[in-house]
Formats: sequence, structure tokens, C-alpha cells
Amino acid sequence: MKMITMNDDLKKHLNDSLMKGVRYDGRKLDEYRKIVVETGISKSAEGSARVLIGETEVLVGIKLSVDKPYPDTPNEGCLMVDAQLLPLSSPEFETGPPDIQAIELARVVDRGVREAKTIDMKKLCIKKGEKVWMVSIDVCTVNDAGNLLDASALGAVAALKDARFPEYDDVSVDYKKHTDKKLPLTKIPVAVTIYKIGDMFLVDPLPEEERIFDAKLTVTTTKDGKICAMQKGGDLPLKIEDIKKMVEIGVEKAKELLKSI
Amino acid sequence: MGYTKRFDGRKSFDELRPISAKAGVVLRANGSAMFQIGKTVALAAVYGPRELHPKSMQNPKTGILRCFYEMMPFSGSGERVRPGPNRRAKEISMVTEKALLPVLDLKDYPNSVVDIFINFPQTDAGSRCAGICAASIALADAGIPMKDLVCAVAVGKVDDKVVVDLNYDEEAYEDGPVADIPMALVPSTGEISLLQMDGEISKDDLIKALEMGKKSLVKIYELQQKALKEKYKPIEGNGE
Repeated sequence: MKMITMNDDLKKHLNDSLMKGVRYDGRKLDEYRKIVVETGISKSAEGSARVLIGETEVLVGIKLSVDKPYPDTPNEGCLMVDAQLLPLSSPEFETGPPDIQAIELARVVDRGVREAKTIDMKKLCIKKGEKVWMVSIDVCTVNDAGNLLDASALGAVAALKDARFPEYDDVSVDYKKHTDKKLPLTKIPVAVTIYKIGDMFLVDPLPEEERIFDAKLTVTTTKDGKICAMQKGGDLPLKIEDIKKMVEIGVEKAKELLKSI
Repeated sequence: MGYTKRFDGRKSFDELRPISAKAGVVLRANGSAMFQIGKTVALAAVYGPRELHPKSMQNPKTGILRCFYEMMPFSGSGERVRPGPNRRAKEISMVTEKALLPVLDLKDYPNSVVDIFINFPQTDAGSRCAGICAASIALADAGIPMKDLVCAVAVGKVDDKVVVDLNYDEEAYEDGPVADIPMALVPSTGEISLLQMDGEISKDDLIKALEMGKKSLVKIYELQQKALKEKYKPIEGNGE
């Protein structure tokens, strides 16, 4: 990925403003931009969602297929999460195989869904050891105006909730015919990424803010306030009291995000 | 018997599916557009003119155009489409480039590139044509010097009927011969800048299909212009 090096003055300006609690677009530090979630945006997918956080837009689609189970879980369905940081969505994304940013994003979304046990995988078993449903979650970015990860994680659960099984007659899947049957869902995970810049903590960064942060922590929680996945990023380390603060923000903000789906 | 009534209820064989077009859908891009025809939705974003890497590809006489056609993994009519450029996507990207080139003049941008990325959230046949329609709006939206827009639609034959804008069910018709002919038109000159065909068709029917397509494309051309005018409409009120 090509890094855009920021003008030092702009960095200083952003930093100075943040110290006064003022963000580039006038928001409070812990304030998300407007979140809009729309489902059923792709007729080709079994489930789909569009998430807008401010100007950031991601599309998430679910495909369901019948596959062999993994040998170590013969009576459970399979889950796969993949992400395309489309060059369509930012001048900084390039064509070619997924780079580390896309891989990390997909893996963090995957961990949230998997570890919250969002899908009752045993109910996806058709015939033990032979046939199970495979759930593929694909994230495609359309416009990167910052905070793709939170948007993607939110889109993944919105799309899972939207999904309906296609018809299956024990031999093949008929993708033209969808049943009313929904996926067996349990707990809904919500990912909130908290950024540390200097001594400040903020959420839902703009691309400019994403370039100057010191450390970040994605905290994925379920409704009961339990943490099911985390990922630290950024070059600088965090103190335990930082983590405490960030998790608190994550749990609090997750409640807000959950309302949008 | 023959093909008597269109599967999706369209009243005539030259009727297009419902279309919507919008300019400026990807804010990070220099220009962008959405073009929907029936259940096929194309998103196109233009970046550039920008510096071209690798340098060995640079042309000191002119800027170059690069198109990247790719379906989103969940946008196929059947199973998940594996992401990444496959042979089909590469070929379509190339013919898309050739379809758009005749209206572009990139001589003022030596050593540069204009990149167009075309992605599809959902498809139901006619995706390369929808992609070309979207790309051409996006290029205009980006302010790239153009002689005209390019509009595209698939024409062809389903059994005994010459048809315009085939959907997936028509392409997959099994009770008789089918011809699928994606075409792109430069309206101001009447020239065809994309032509592909698979299936079976006579010479006379081919010409008939192209003529029918040309007529139907007038509507697409109008909708493309409307999408651009919609974005760049003058601010009402205090003009002084």
C-alpha cells in the first residue's frame, strides 16, 4: 500500500486541536458520525447489508453453500470472512492480492462473529461428517472515509440477520429460490475501535486521524457487556489503565451501534 | 413455438429493463457513478489522471487508461465468486478499455494514468455493458476530456426473436438458439466500440439486432446525461 505522508503542519494542527478536545470535523472525541444500515442491498446474495458511517460505505454479502465439514468439527457448519479493500473506494488501495490491512480487517471481523458464537454452528450440519452449510461473509469497501473496521463488523452482523437459506434438495442448492428460513443466530457482536492519540481517546476516526494515531484497540463485545475479541494496533504500546479506559468506551459505544441494526 | 413473451414481463423485445443512474457515488474518487439496469448494478470510480507506476508503463506522449472489472464475491447468480482477477474479468476489463478509449483524449496527461474500477454488488446479465455505462458517467464526472459518452447494452436473439437487453433467464434459454451480443456505441458518430458475440445468429439478424440496440441506446444515453446534470445542476435562487 502506498502511504500518503502528511504535511507536518497539518499533523501538528490536528494534534493541537485534539488536545483541546476538538476534532477535524467538529465532533466530540467519543462521537460517531451518523450510522445508516440498510439490508437486502444485493439480490444475488443470501443476505446483504450496506453500512454508512458518515461518508464511509461498506457492502457486506453472505453466500451460503453446501460443503464438507472440517475434520475436527464434523457436525458443525463452516464460517469464512473475507474482505476486499477495493481500489474503487480509496486512492490508497491498490489492485492485487489482499494486503495485510485487508487480511487483518477480515480476521478481526471473523473473530468477533466466531467467538461471540453468533451462529449456532451445530444447526448448520446437514449430515455429520459429510455435508454442512458454509457461511461466507464478504466485505467490500465502497468509500473509505475512515473506520472501515467498525463499519465492516456491523455490516457482517446486519447481513447475517438478513440472510435466508436458498432451497436445497440434498443434491444441489437452487440459488434462484430462497426459503423464509433464517440463519440460527444467537449473540450479536459489535466491534468498536478506540484510537489513542497522545493522551486522548477517540472513536470513529477520519482518514486524517487514522494517519496520526499512536495506538488503537478494537474491542468486540456482546449485549451482555462481555468481551469476545480484541485487537491492538498501532506502533506505540498501551498501559493497563489505557486498556481499561478503552474497553469502557468500547462497551458503552457498542450499545449505541447495536441500535442501528 | 418460439419465444413469445419475455420472461420478466417486458412488453416488447426491444424494451430495456428499468434503469437508474447516478453520478458521484464514491466520494473519495475523482469521479464515480452507479448504473443499474434490471437487477444488474454497476459501481464505477475514476482515479486520475495520476502518476503511473511502474514507470516502464509510462508513455511520454499521452496518458493511458486502465479498467478493472470485478464482481463482488456475492454478486453472482449462483455460488460465491472467488475474488481476484480471473480470466473472464481480465478480458472484460480489456474490452471495456477499448470501448471507452475512442471518446477519450489523454494527450494532455503524458506519463499519467486514468484508472477506472468497476465493481458489482449484484448482477443479472449485461454486467459489462452496465459497467461501461457507469464508467463513462464516472469519467465525465471526473472531468476527463471526452468527445462523447459511451453507452452499452446487450442485444441478441432468443429462439426466433431478436431482442434487446437480455437478462439471465433469456441468456440461459434452453428451448432454442440464443445469441448474446454486448455492444457499445459512441452516439455522436454512430460507431460501435464494443462488440462481442456468443451463440448463434444469422448475418441479417445480427444487423437487425445492432440497429435495434442502437435505437434503444438513445434512452440510456439520455439517462447518463441526466445523471450528470442532476449532480451538476445550477444552484437555484440568488444567481447574482
